[in-house]
Amino acid sequence: MPQYAVLIYEAVPAEELPQEVIDEHIALDGKIAEAGGRSVAGLALQPASTATVIRGGEITDGPFIETKEDLAGVFVIEARDLDHALALARMTPVVDGAVEVRPLVDFQVVS
Amino acid sequence: MLAATVRVTRDLDLAEDAVQEAYVSALAAWERDGVPDRPGAWLTTAARRVALNALARGKTLRTKLPLLLEPEAVPSEEPETIPDDRLRLVFICCHPALAREAQIALTLRLVCGVATPDIAHAFLVGESAMAARITRAKKKIAAAGIPYVVPDRSELPERLDAVLTVVHLLATTGHVDPSGEQLVRVELFERALDLARMLVALLPGEREALGLLALLRVHGARAATRVDARGRLLRLEEQDRSRWDREAIAEADRLIVRSLKAGPPGRFTLQAAIAALHASAPSYAETDWPQLLQLYDVLLRVWPSPVVALNRAVVVAMVRGEDAALREVEALERDGRLDGYRYLPAVKADLLARLGRHEEAGEAYRAALALTGNEAERDFLSRRREGLR
Repeated sequence: MPQYAVLIYEAVPAEELPQEVIDEHIALDGKIAEAGGRSVAGLALQPASTATVIRGGEITDGPFIETKEDLAGVFVIEARDLDHALALARMTPVVDGAVEVRPLVDFQVVS
Repeated sequence: MLAATVRVTRDLDLAEDAVQEAYVSALAAWERDGVPDRPGAWLTTAARRVALNALARGKTLRTKLPLLLEPEAVPSEEPETIPDDRLRLVFICCHPALAREAQIALTLRLVCGVATPDIAHAFLVGESAMAARITRAKKKIAAAGIPYVVPDRSELPERLDAVLTVVHLLATTGHVDPSGEQLVRVELFERALDLARMLVALLPGEREALGLLALLRVHGARAATRVDARGRLLRLEEQDRSRWDREAIAEADRLIVRSLKAGPPGRFTLQAAIAALHASAPSYAETDWPQLLQLYDVLLRVWPSPVVALNRAVVVAMVRGEDAALREVEALERDGRLDGYRYLPAVKADLLARLGRHEEAGEAYRAALALTGNEAERDFLSRRREGLR
């Protein structure tokens, strides 16, 4: 099945997330599996204020892209197609923000 | 035919190439053997075979291998799956993951078969820009894996709404070309009408598809009278009702009744009902304004759009007077969502003129003119403004 990255943009910092949202995150893998998908990997990021940027060898204060809603995490799912991926990504708990779904480049080569 | 071929290839470009090749081989084969009984089926079969061969040659074998298991039909008759295929194609083209402009361009290109330069021309975009837009959209369909399916029951209403919106946009672009000199761009409107008919035929139980077709039928019925012999825009009260297409209006009425019987009306059905009520009035003065206002109230509930609120204000003027209507228009002005929308100052100007407040009306006409690119509309507003004196 094709893979998709789900990028979570959230205005509420991780430490201020209500417990039920965190619980939902924990339950998400199971819900994705129930819906016929698979959660492959997940990353939760510290707030953008902790980021450091390296550009052209020069080190500066981050983040590279400033947004009202921080990129708070990324997870990778397997889904049948975009509609399936959207249905799975829709279950992501978000307090104030959005999720973005992006197909991953498939480097696998069949000769 | 393209639709049926995409089902085999799962790849729009490959399917397009295959269809082209099928036409070329048809020319040779039909010259040799005569035209077959079912040329459409012949072409579809040929295109599928070309596509399958291309797939087998490994051109796009990578992820598509399992799809070859699709039974390779050599249909002896027009395949029953074709309507379904067309529907899938429409839903792919109007997928909400695509930008609206891309949805419109893809629908015209792939469902209606309009050539890219013609689409570019219709939307006043350069040919290469339009070609790039279409290519980008096709790439996204392939890369993101937008599926070639009719959405299931739970998603259908939302997804169908996106399709109907695209068709309606096509029709209104055909109706008032936003910046060209010509008021009615017949061709786009005809395409939209064809699409609406197709949707009703393929999804006979969908109330909003019926509603959209009804709406377009009424619009089409009045198209010839919207301008005078010199191409000048005429208001509803000035139009020659005897020239309205009664047949089309009657069909719209039947469609609306069918939709209403099937359940609570959506926005297209309500808009159709409003248009049909206008169309069935023997004269402007004899229009059933209170009934119209009721319809607008319901419409505003199911579709709380400021444009609807503005149109409703016009009806409020007929039922409750210009002062009441003006208050609603001013509220919309403060709301800000219609900033830059040319019909807001135009409606305001008309109300002010009717109230005898000519100076303010002139001001509002000037504001409307500044926002209007369409020649026929500009001329109309200028004449209205001059009429104040």
